[in-house]
Amino acid sequence: MSLPNQEEQVSMDTFLRGLWEENPVFVMLLGMCPVLAVSNSAINALAMGLATTFVLLCSSSLVSLLRKLIPKQVRIATYIVIIATFVTIVDYAIQAISLELYNALGAFIQLIVVNCVILGRAEAYASKQRLGATVINSLGMGAGFTIALLCLGTVREILGAGSLFGYSLFAENFQPWVVMILPPGGFFVLGGWLLAFNWYRQRRARKLLEQQGATAHGS
Amino acid sequence: MAADSLIFIFLNAAVINNFVLALFLGICPFLGVSAKRETAWNMGLAVMFVMLVSSISAYGINWLLERFEIEFLRLICYIAVIASAVQLVEMAMKKFSPALFRALGIFLPLITTNCAILGVALFQTFREYNFLQCLAFSLGAGVGFTLALLLMAGLRERLELASVPSVSQGAALTLMLAGLLSLAFMGFAGLGGQHA
Repeated sequence: MSLPNQEEQVSMDTFLRGLWEENPVFVMLLGMCPVLAVSNSAINALAMGLATTFVLLCSSSLVSLLRKLIPKQVRIATYIVIIATFVTIVDYAIQAISLELYNALGAFIQLIVVNCVILGRAEAYASKQRLGATVINSLGMGAGFTIALLCLGTVREILGAGSLFGYSLFAENFQPWVVMILPPGGFFVLGGWLLAFNWYRQRRARKLLEQQGATAHGS
Repeated sequence: MAADSLIFIFLNAAVINNFVLALFLGICPFLGVSAKRETAWNMGLAVMFVMLVSSISAYGINWLLERFEIEFLRLICYIAVIASAVQLVEMAMKKFSPALFRALGIFLPLITTNCAILGVALFQTFREYNFLQCLAFSLGAGVGFTLALLLMAGLRERLELASVPSVSQGAALTLMLAGLLSLAFMGFAGLGGQHA
């Protein structure tokens, strides 16, 4: 993981890094609790992802704006208070928009406060970078987090309930794998995704090595 | 067992709705510090202590906030108290056991962002437990967390000796194991708790 210490030039990479190379869930293994807990259906996963992205974006921007004012000794406490403020806003907003969703997500909306992705971004990125770079980077990280949640949510909903976003996909006689929407399913599906990514990465590394070997022979 | 008896609350938090394996709270330290049994045990104790302190403080804070009808500040107050409690544990540990302090490393300050601890504070508020029930709940949650951590550490120590395909090494395998453990813990649901 690269942590730029100087101010970074904004580029496409600032955004894309969060999606793949430094994906908070699949690569850095941060913020796993909400990922596992609310990914039992695609709609919950999407709502959680968007809520987290909002908090991430707002808190990182504020941290970035205040980065010269916050004393070093109390910075973590300051970040947490900033994050908690935005989470309270999201908590009340979701409650007002959709009570059904609020009940489905339960305490996990308030638990966004302790999502390590957000504190990690504030500490490692927003406290050192200008506002523009921070906004783009947080959007990328948020998108990466949401996509990861959706990856889990869709697989778990399709296998565990035979539907996607509430629409039934299979014929009547489909026997859903109930275990997939229960807690163990979360671990299994995330483990499965990590296996798939590992396999892909190893295969690519091997191919690269073979290619290098071939060019070395050629010259 | 009555649903509000202390023993039931304790068992419910410890095994039936285990914080790590059924509610997915505190996954980061669960995956991070479960490589060795000794560190797992110490981490468990530290978390248990912080949980107890923050649960008691959260009870007091909630009582105060409700008196002045400013419940919207609840989250901010809770997290501030937890952060101070963690600081306290950190200082105590640095003084009395520097070796342990180094072994836990970054995961000690990260107890602040351990959702299990904020989870205890939030759940006890939602369920409107009284003071004794809060104590039973936080102790149960702490015991459950330590139990899950120890079981996982035991499994992972065994795995060190096994040969696994290179593609599944690391986090993927740990997650699969956690899934199996969680599946096993679902058996406790028969003790009488409905699945939350």
